[in-house]
Amino acid sequence: MKTIFEKSVPGKCAISLAACDVPAYNLDASLLRETPLNLPEVSEVEVVRHYTALSKRAYGVDDGFYPLGSCTMKYNPKLNEEVAALPGFTGIHPMQCECTVQGALKAMYTLSRKLAAITGMDEVTLQPAAGAHGEYTALQLIRAYHLDRGDTGRDKIIVPDSAHGTNPASAAMNGYTVVNIPSAVDGCVDLDALRNAVGPDTAALMLTNPNTVGIFDKNIAKIAQIVHDAGGLLYYDGANLNAIMGTIRPGDMGYDVVHLNLHKTFSTPHGGGGPGSGPVGCKAALAKYLPGPIVTEKDGKYHLTSVGGKSIGCVKTFYGNFLVMLRALAYIEVLGKEGIKLASQLAVLNANYMMARLKDKFPTYSSDICMHEFVVSCDKIKEEIGVTALDFAKAMIDRGMHPPTIYFPLIVHEALMFEPTETESKETLDWACDTVLDLVAEAYKDPAAFKQHPRKMPIGRPDEVTAARKPVLIYKA
Amino acid sequence: MLDVVGVKSLEQLYQGLESLFVKDMDLPAGKSQQEVARYFENLAAENKVFGSIFLGAGAYQHYIPPVVKSLLSREEFVTAYTPYQAEMSQGILQGIFEFQTMIAELTGMQVSNASLYDGSTALADGILMLAEKKKNKVLVSEAIHPRSLEVVKTYLIPQGIQIEKVALENGRTSLSDLKAKLTPDVFAVAVAQPNFFGVIEDAAAIGEAVKAAGAGYIMQVEPFACAMLKTPFACGADIAVGEGQPLGMPLSFGGPYLGFVGAREKLVRKLTGRIVGKTADANGNDAYVLTLQAREQHIRREKAASSICSNQALCALTATIYMATAGKTGMKEVASQCISKAHYLAAEMVKIPGFRLKYSAEFFNEFVTVTDAPADEIIRKCAEKNILAGLKLSEHEILWCATEVNTKADMDQLLAVLKEVK
Repeated sequence: MKTIFEKSVPGKCAISLAACDVPAYNLDASLLRETPLNLPEVSEVEVVRHYTALSKRAYGVDDGFYPLGSCTMKYNPKLNEEVAALPGFTGIHPMQCECTVQGALKAMYTLSRKLAAITGMDEVTLQPAAGAHGEYTALQLIRAYHLDRGDTGRDKIIVPDSAHGTNPASAAMNGYTVVNIPSAVDGCVDLDALRNAVGPDTAALMLTNPNTVGIFDKNIAKIAQIVHDAGGLLYYDGANLNAIMGTIRPGDMGYDVVHLNLHKTFSTPHGGGGPGSGPVGCKAALAKYLPGPIVTEKDGKYHLTSVGGKSIGCVKTFYGNFLVMLRALAYIEVLGKEGIKLASQLAVLNANYMMARLKDKFPTYSSDICMHEFVVSCDKIKEEIGVTALDFAKAMIDRGMHPPTIYFPLIVHEALMFEPTETESKETLDWACDTVLDLVAEAYKDPAAFKQHPRKMPIGRPDEVTAARKPVLIYKA
Repeated sequence: MLDVVGVKSLEQLYQGLESLFVKDMDLPAGKSQQEVARYFENLAAENKVFGSIFLGAGAYQHYIPPVVKSLLSREEFVTAYTPYQAEMSQGILQGIFEFQTMIAELTGMQVSNASLYDGSTALADGILMLAEKKKNKVLVSEAIHPRSLEVVKTYLIPQGIQIEKVALENGRTSLSDLKAKLTPDVFAVAVAQPNFFGVIEDAAAIGEAVKAAGAGYIMQVEPFACAMLKTPFACGADIAVGEGQPLGMPLSFGGPYLGFVGAREKLVRKLTGRIVGKTADANGNDAYVLTLQAREQHIRREKAASSICSNQALCALTATIYMATAGKTGMKEVASQCISKAHYLAAEMVKIPGFRLKYSAEFFNEFVTVTDAPADEIIRKCAEKNILAGLKLSEHEILWCATEVNTKADMDQLLAVLKEVK
């Protein structure tokens, strides 16, 4: 499909502005832009048709099943969009007097208290813009905590090899040395490996529970004790919170600090790659290091309050992705205490149901119950007929479903990671399982043809090697 | 379903974990959608949306064409994840490719990415892109947005990088102070164009000084100013970053906004975040993919250029659709109206006794006044008339902003209020 630049015709313009009603001001020519500004020149209907056509070449949760593991692609209720679009929220300036934005501050305060209740933490900042940004912020808190105690030798972050890639990357961005420890085949922490890794140089262990294989690590209390005994902190990667909301809380498991993904667990739409929101919750001992300002309440009035001299500073220009926060708050308000719990229970049920239906054809990594997601391997199929996890993903596209996450976690060969979420019906899950099982049969019937998927999309498999070797990142006429 | 799974109840899914069960979660019962809608309408009503706004300072009110909002409500854009599966995500990937092209066009740069969190984190990321092993100091103009400076500090301190400020002269970054501080341990210099006080920097002269000292040069730019002023590339910058909120995003109490980055080609493999590239499928069809992923966290883990995963994709699409709608002419027209209106407002303000401009240097759409009357009093009087005044910088200084949405009538009304302040 042509780019918008190729549709440009000189002289067209689709914005309709009032004529300037003051004298034109002209800058000295020496300051002016000499480079041509080659932005598209198109009419309004052309803009509409171009981007509508692009939207038809995309696939969202509203289009169908989206079991992308680790991403919690649950349905995004329309109410959330409606409340986030209220002019009373979109029309306020981040630097207007706090007495004129009491509704906004109340919403932020309420959300932060509810997230504290759900995670078992004492304080929450809503500032980080995304999950990885939350991780980054949380690691800053950890760093500040140790340094403030004069404990300057803690320069290592321990990360299991099953962890999300953002964990070690966020640690490195904070100047930490990353110590990778091996996991058992079910992704659980190898306690001996952990005992050998901790020491006076340990700043923290970053751990998601359930882990990335979808298994709840039952040794969590021991893990917390090993880390704490060594003087380190325990960090919760909230990517997998959708398994345990309302039943088990990170704070009660012994975690000191947690990041959440409002765009996963709390139903805010992902927008094709953001905006997300990555609040960070922490225990009281870490609160004085939070980025500021935070919202506080006194006598029914809400204030943007500085955290104080020990704050890490700030990680965003203003207070975070405010409209995303509103959507998450609307979600929590509708579900309430019981609904939050039920959402996770159903997410776990749906994952177990799919796993039970698929496990005869694919080896799985949990002997009994998985949590909100599960990982299967195409290793055996690959050995027998050469068909890979990638081939299965591409074949699923032709059947009208978004593929699961592939090749993650790294500890599982030819991994397919399914996270159906709680918002899918039994009928959808049955259809998806039937589809996947039918694809297995199709693969064995003609492996070579199977590798030609997808066939029904606007493009076939793209040449990613050339894309990376000879990058073309902008359109050139 | 429970039978297939082999459990008798939902609780049994968590068998063996009972000792960890939450005792009491302090959360009220759920409500109907109708009740929650009402709750939010009431909250929204507790906020004051001003009739006219003369406050900028990092968040700007501009006219948003209806096509922007209409196209952005398309669920395929809203409810998709990051486009990992290229074949079913060509629309999102092509949108990002167009965004990258527009940012490169605006800044004059050669490469760009899919977006960053906001204008401040983009500046921090950009500075880190220029970091060198043997040099550990970055010079930052005193006229960088104070919150951006805070974010930069937060990002740079754990890396052991030292930040030194460059003083101002008449609201502009001082060339002589810059030259004096450009010691061999400086790896980069950062300035804002226009700067926090609205003043237009002599960015080309700064670029020459920076190059002569062998350091990298990063400019934090405002998108409409970019359409009017000499491009960062032409000023010798290696990297241009900025806040994209003015390009179709409402004020929204500070977010979601949009960080953007343009860079010279030699820095392409140091870019943070997602990047889309154009390639082809086996049949020679144009195809767009996420590319240069060897920089990224899911491949490189602790050796990655950053941990960015989710960025601000839908905001980048907003900016793309806005720039396609405004086009070459519209972008220049908005820039021209911004500077013209701000100059009308400033010229009329200084006619009021007790009002003068703090700086005589050239400015874009923001300027600082020094007043005999206290800033608080001015802001309060304006609020009484449904006007959001500029940002109080000190007891007697205010940073004002005007854009194409401020009509002459609105500005005259503001001026009338100011005349009454004692």
